[in-house]
Amino acid sequence: MPAPEQFASLGAMRALTYREFLRFFRQRNRVIGAVGQPLLFWLLFGTGLQRSFQVAPANLNGPTFLEYYFPGTLILILLFTAIFATISIIEDRREGFLQSVLVAPITYWAIVLGKVSGGASIAVLQGLIFLLLALTLNISFSLSSFLAIALFLALTAVSLTSLGFVLAWRMESTQGFHALMNLFLMPMWLLSGAFFPPPALGPSMHWSQWLMHCLMRLNPLTYSVAGVRRMLYATEPGRLIIDENAFWTPSLTASWTVTLLFTALTLIAACMIARTRTREDVVT
Amino acid sequence: MSVALRVAGLSHKYGARQALSDVSFAVDESEVFVFLGPNGGGKTTLFRAISTLIPIQVGAIEVFGRAVEHDLIKVRPLLGIAFQSPSLDKKLTVSENLRCHGALYGMRGAALRKRESEVLSQLGVSDRASDLVETLSGGLRRRVELAKSLLHTPRLLILDEPSTGLDPGARRDLWGYLQRLRHESGITIVLTTHFLDEADSADRIAILHSGKIVALDTPESLRASVGGDSITLHTDAPLELSREISDQFGVDTSVVDGEIRLELAQGHHWIAKLIDTFPGRIRSVRVGKPTLEDVFTQRTGRPIWRSEGSN
Repeated sequence: MPAPEQFASLGAMRALTYREFLRFFRQRNRVIGAVGQPLLFWLLFGTGLQRSFQVAPANLNGPTFLEYYFPGTLILILLFTAIFATISIIEDRREGFLQSVLVAPITYWAIVLGKVSGGASIAVLQGLIFLLLALTLNISFSLSSFLAIALFLALTAVSLTSLGFVLAWRMESTQGFHALMNLFLMPMWLLSGAFFPPPALGPSMHWSQWLMHCLMRLNPLTYSVAGVRRMLYATEPGRLIIDENAFWTPSLTASWTVTLLFTALTLIAACMIARTRTREDVVT
Repeated sequence: MSVALRVAGLSHKYGARQALSDVSFAVDESEVFVFLGPNGGGKTTLFRAISTLIPIQVGAIEVFGRAVEHDLIKVRPLLGIAFQSPSLDKKLTVSENLRCHGALYGMRGAALRKRESEVLSQLGVSDRASDLVETLSGGLRRRVELAKSLLHTPRLLILDEPSTGLDPGARRDLWGYLQRLRHESGITIVLTTHFLDEADSADRIAILHSGKIVALDTPESLRASVGGDSITLHTDAPLELSREISDQFGVDTSVVDGEIRLELAQGHHWIAKLIDTFPGRIRSVRVGKPTLEDVFTQRTGRPIWRSEGSN
């Protein structure tokens, strides 16, 4: 039987999650920022780059750019929501809310899970609403593939929110987080296959293409984007025509495995970093 | 009477800077205990250590006999903590803030709601329960902060500079409330302040300077320890006159912030003597019973205000 403080921690986690929801929906600019920008990018790039984009072999009709770019946009919504949710850790610390949480009789994981489950739920909610736009692309998915995508998005959202937690925990200012976001998180997304597919390895490839392949292959987000893309076409896999001689895409199994591992890893890292902070100087 | 808080040999460093060195004291149950000192004197570090926000580096802290180091989860519910920078979420209503706090302390359901309306009415903020915290004035926020720290019925209330940023009226209200609380529920109150008049309302005062306790006693005993009357002379050339006075009468003098200070018995006799001896050189004379400021000055060799921000 768990100790009483474990029960208390569960209630604390629920309360902290609920707080994330309240805060998010009271700050309308956050809703606009997290969904509006990816949506705008999707429409602008999707239509603008339509004619210069070709991933299918020359003689076949592959996905349009609007269609290709859809899973990446979905992941970008998760990423932005995760960033907004975890940037609030810095505000919580600066504004003083966090100190009262840190002295409460709860375990560290309740603090982490409260933040992560709050941020991730909001992200998944927004992602699922965006997912309905897939119907305008004539992509049809079954209920089971919708549920599978939802679960996959939830895992990805947890991993991104945990990653944001790890980055934000020791950060003194939101400016620092913005710098990290531009230097690390955005490139990570750009190199995820969201915008262009990873080049396939070939005998005569240029070294820069080889480097690109390696970077993208090592990027956990590549597997998130590929997983969503593969599941979107689960009912009609024939529509997802990508030239396999030119481009590399992870398999569905690889996508699930890497995403699961990445989620577990980032979550553990977040719990560990949340423990360390109080050994640090608390200087205001 | 049992001991509510015992701190033994507590030292704390931020990098190379020694914020606390070998601080020891004990606070009895139901006592109002004040830490007085300038900013930078170590008050906030001590507060953070007692609040369990920062880990103990050297020494030990016990709350009602439980060691913070070994019994953290059991110590924490005993503590009610009001931080200097408010810990309220401004985007939440008063009631949402309290409920979140209650959940952090394992409270729920009807018991939580009952206790919430109790503390809100005790602090006279029931009518603001559904207002967003960001719409409240500073004084009201402080009251809500206090309501929050009392929600889980702690036995030891600790407050860091609770009066900072409050107008005199709100400060009086706060003190009235703290005194009533102590009489009604027997709660132990430990607070830090740099306001001298506020320290006077405490049962006991510890003066904290450069990370050390330089005096610890009741306000009356501390003042009595200075002895006699305190005479302050305002003059154009304090250093020169100070030397002349001490040469002439063989008494100890000191110059603090451009004024000459003397601590002497029978102060009123000295006034005429000083003015006769140095005609036209003394602009004004003040005589009074020693204040806590005199105590501070005597124990540290510097006035409380000038030491502010100097370390």
